[in-house]
Amino acid sequence: MANPTLKNDRGGFSFLAGFVANFRRDLLVAARHKSELANPLVFFLIAITLIPLGVSPEKSVLALLAPGIVWVMALLATLLSLDGLFRSDYDDGSLEQMLISPQSLYFAVMAKVLVHWLVSGLPVTLLAPVLALMLSLPAEGFWALFTSLLLGTASMSLIGAVGAALTVSLRKGGLLLSLIVMPLYIPVLIFGASAVQSAVQGGAIGMQLAILGAFLALAIVLAPIAAMGALRISANG
Amino acid sequence: MAWQWFHRLGSPRWFYEKTTSWLPWLAVISIALLLTGAVWGLAFAPADYKQGNSYRIIYIHVPAAFLALAGYYIMALSGAVGLIWKMKLPFMVMKSAAPIGAVLTFISLVTGSIWGKPTWGTWWEWDARITSMLILFFLYLGMIALQQAFQHRDTADKASAVLALVGMVNIPIIYKSVDWWNTLHQPATIKFTSKSSIDPSMLYPLLTMVIGFYCFYALVLLLNTRLEVLRRESKTQWVSDLLNNIKPESK
Repeated sequence: MANPTLKNDRGGFSFLAGFVANFRRDLLVAARHKSELANPLVFFLIAITLIPLGVSPEKSVLALLAPGIVWVMALLATLLSLDGLFRSDYDDGSLEQMLISPQSLYFAVMAKVLVHWLVSGLPVTLLAPVLALMLSLPAEGFWALFTSLLLGTASMSLIGAVGAALTVSLRKGGLLLSLIVMPLYIPVLIFGASAVQSAVQGGAIGMQLAILGAFLALAIVLAPIAAMGALRISANG
Repeated sequence: MAWQWFHRLGSPRWFYEKTTSWLPWLAVISIALLLTGAVWGLAFAPADYKQGNSYRIIYIHVPAAFLALAGYYIMALSGAVGLIWKMKLPFMVMKSAAPIGAVLTFISLVTGSIWGKPTWGTWWEWDARITSMLILFFLYLGMIALQQAFQHRDTADKASAVLALVGMVNIPIIYKSVDWWNTLHQPATIKFTSKSSIDPSMLYPLLTMVIGFYCFYALVLLLNTRLEVLRRESKTQWVSDLLNNIKPESK
């Protein structure tokens, strides 16, 4: 281990060492369940397949719907993977240990959310252009789709962490989690889908990307704090 | 010593006994204002030159929308007070405010839809303000659902307070949405700093209805909170005395 005592050279606890330790642990846990990496991706694929089957296979219709559909399905794939964010740690008691440890809880939560994004949001973003191809998205939309999803899935992992922290102590928390998190996702969805629409119509996407970036910046600062409060409440309840 | 009044505010029993005397006044004032505003607006205000008489639903739609937004702030702020000062009463207020706000949001959406059919030609439109009011409705429903989900009262209260605070970012977006996006929904006509663009003969009944709705909201909130106080404090002596009609001895 790089820094087993997690202390900096002045004897205090090092934020970076704590973050790295949590990050390595969560990444290791995720690597031990490699098959779970496929779950959001397969959901994404199957859900996208439902649209031509259920709505219409006409290229013109699909091309019209494609920006929004890919974004909505990416949102749902992220949402479904949120339930397990804190659950396994809550179940075996390590969450409580994190709460009472002298390490910074902010960075512990950030590490968890980063790993969650790396194994769900990022693969979804990488797969999205392939699925957009299946939905006949015009070529101009691909770059906008990729960049807007990159920013958007990161925000959604952060915002979703708040909901996951609130519902972690509930047995059937999954559906309630979706209910409380989806209204908070809607602004991200609006600007993300708008970016792709705008690119398809030949316009600029700078404004939408800037606002998505602003959402991400706000979420990075505020969402872990809300999640920390919610974790303390859930663990004590 | 100076903070005694503040801490006394936190006592559910004090709250219950104090508001018992407020309720009749509040009921009279709110019903008087609502009746005045409704009759004035529905019968006496002039017809709009473009919309005719169908605009009169404004006297319900606008106050309901105002209160839906204000009610969310009341809910979030009482949640914040409860979290910071660890008092029981603010959480009871927060819990009571959620269903009232949800109903008011629903009323404003439905009356807006009814208004939209003759004026815009459509029952529903996905423009900025309507969509964000719908999101507000979802936030209220999420609050109600989260309250019901927990076994322990304490955890439910604190978790709902966190959720209310997180959802508070949506309110300025709703309020400013008609300024930021060119939408079908009209921009603000009642302004505090300059002359309102609505005619005074229509403005005054509208303001009466708005104030009447605020008083009515306060009345319903107090009634619901009093019920919540009785529910939660049901094992105490003063509640069982109250329900058995045993008057306290005069001191």
